[in-house]
Amino acid sequence: MNTLKNFNLRDKGAEIWAGWNRPNRTIFVFFVIFMVGLLPFASTFGPTSFLNTPIASYIDVLVFPVGMFVLMALGLNIVVGKSGLLDLGYVAFFAIGAYSQAILSTMFGWNTWTVLPIGIGLAMVSGVILGLPALRLRGDYLAIITLGFGEIVRIIALNIEVTGGPNGIPGIPNPPSFLGIKFDLENPRNFFYIVVAMILLTIWMIRRFTIRRPGRAWEAIRQDEDVAALMGVNTLVYKLWSFVIGAAVGGAAGVIYASKVMVISPDMFKFELSILILACVVFGGIGNIWGVIVGGALLAYIPERIRFLTEARQLVFGLVLIIMMNLRPDGLLPRKKREKITEKGSK
Amino acid sequence: MVKMNFSVIGNEFPSLLLQGLALGLIYALVSLGYTMVYGVLRLINFANSEVFMIGTFATLYLQTKVLGYTNASPTIHGAELWWTLALSLVASMLVSAVVAVLVELVAYRRLRAKGANRLASLISAIGVSIVLLEGMGIVTGSRPQSAPRLLEKWSFVEIGGANFRIDTLMAIVIPIVIFIVLNRFVTRTRLGKSIRAVSMSEENSQLMGININKVITLTFVIGGLTTGAASFLFMTVYENTKFNVGFNMGIAAFTAAVLGGIGNLKGAFYGGIALGLMEQFASAVIGSEWKAVTVFVVLVVVLLFKPNGLFGEAVQQTRT
Repeated sequence: MNTLKNFNLRDKGAEIWAGWNRPNRTIFVFFVIFMVGLLPFASTFGPTSFLNTPIASYIDVLVFPVGMFVLMALGLNIVVGKSGLLDLGYVAFFAIGAYSQAILSTMFGWNTWTVLPIGIGLAMVSGVILGLPALRLRGDYLAIITLGFGEIVRIIALNIEVTGGPNGIPGIPNPPSFLGIKFDLENPRNFFYIVVAMILLTIWMIRRFTIRRPGRAWEAIRQDEDVAALMGVNTLVYKLWSFVIGAAVGGAAGVIYASKVMVISPDMFKFELSILILACVVFGGIGNIWGVIVGGALLAYIPERIRFLTEARQLVFGLVLIIMMNLRPDGLLPRKKREKITEKGSK
Repeated sequence: MVKMNFSVIGNEFPSLLLQGLALGLIYALVSLGYTMVYGVLRLINFANSEVFMIGTFATLYLQTKVLGYTNASPTIHGAELWWTLALSLVASMLVSAVVAVLVELVAYRRLRAKGANRLASLISAIGVSIVLLEGMGIVTGSRPQSAPRLLEKWSFVEIGGANFRIDTLMAIVIPIVIFIVLNRFVTRTRLGKSIRAVSMSEENSQLMGININKVITLTFVIGGLTTGAASFLFMTVYENTKFNVGFNMGIAAFTAAVLGGIGNLKGAFYGGIALGLMEQFASAVIGSEWKAVTVFVVLVVVLLFKPNGLFGEAVQQTRT
């Protein structure tokens, strides 16, 4: 029993990984990507009706919420997990990306691929605008400011004309076909591949950052901000960096989301979504990419799968959160032990 | 797009002031719930909004199910009225306190024993909050439920065209009394002092022989009691509730606590009043849809100049 309690899948995985040489690792990574790529084709290998959710087919659920949640959880993980800043308004960046796509495509006829960098850029700019004043604050003061920002973005979208008010914006075009790959209602699989590509890009980016200067600065800030500042880390700049990069991922997710669902309204960007994304990060294992992916996928899929419970659905979801956090406070796949000990020490 | 209408202030100043004060003091009571727990645990008690919501249902069900009043009942007077109101107040406070203690047991205690990080507690509190919210949603249905109007809302004095009604007076007097009692309790009694000791240093107070778990439960009880009083006042003034009534109240009260300086009793009190007044005046001047935006912009500006809130200690290191 005790060995089971101390069993840490993340450490075990790291151990196995450390024992492999480079070709082995490359093969493994490609194998995982290949398996993920096969997910939408699960129906060809056997009956998949048990995977379907009451209102959407399995493939649709793979794109939203599963893929989107994983992507956003990875983005939020840069802020919450890497540099230890509590952001309760992450949905704002998602909304900014989605509304850029909606407004620019319906009013000016720009396609998704042109809007994508603009949406990311706008999300980053708003990250700077919010971050510059907010990141001077600590802990829960930052939390309430970000929460307020999320609400402000939603309220503005609800009350001004260009966003269509409470009705939102209908008729957002799908992305144009790219190298002969079509993106429309008949090909939900292709959306899944866009999201997977973005997830891979995000993971690659996080890994690059983690082993370089910004990653080390974030680690120092998370463990003890005063000490980091004393050691010469420009804390405000690096906090702002993590905030803005997180915002960029959220914005990118928003652009793709808007062009997938074709109609958006302020209802989709409520505070609950920020909380849900944060729950994905903590549930899976703060700061650990694999944990966050698993957490995002599970917390996105479970509520959809148990939709047949209708009213009790959210209740069961809440119970899952309580039980899981009580059993595994560090999440399903916690981050490395080394990092955890220091984290406790800095309390 | 955004139209400012400043003439409203001149015309309706007294009534805006009274409503703002009443609303603000209700906020203040709920934010005491946040601030008490925060002072000791350094955690946002996300489930406090649901403690408030269940408190409102305690008043509602006491009046309708136990005492048998209906929405068609005529208003009551004299001793019967005051007994009913007092009983409702006590019921709300007790039920909320019990719920708050249960929240602590389910969401925080085990995690604290394991020395888990604060985000884990945050998520488990959110889980408890979801369970309470959805559970009440299933039990009470999704439509708003109105409380019987037992108190005839007579106005006993007219100030500049505004009616100073009896329910407004209650919503102003009761929180002030509670605040004075609580303040004396925290500064004068042994138990109150132990709460302050734990909020200064958990380890040192443990060395001094203070039972940490007892103190933490006590803060949840106090937070539940003040939040329950707020529920009762909310039902008396606004007369209806719904299973998700706690959400907006929770965000507003937490904002109030931060505005005043979280972890600080005085801060929660004045933060609540400031927030209530701000909401009323902003609704009148720019329109109620923009009141949340105004509040948050003011909050950002205040925190820029006073990073620990209006009443936070100047050199306090808010280590998290």
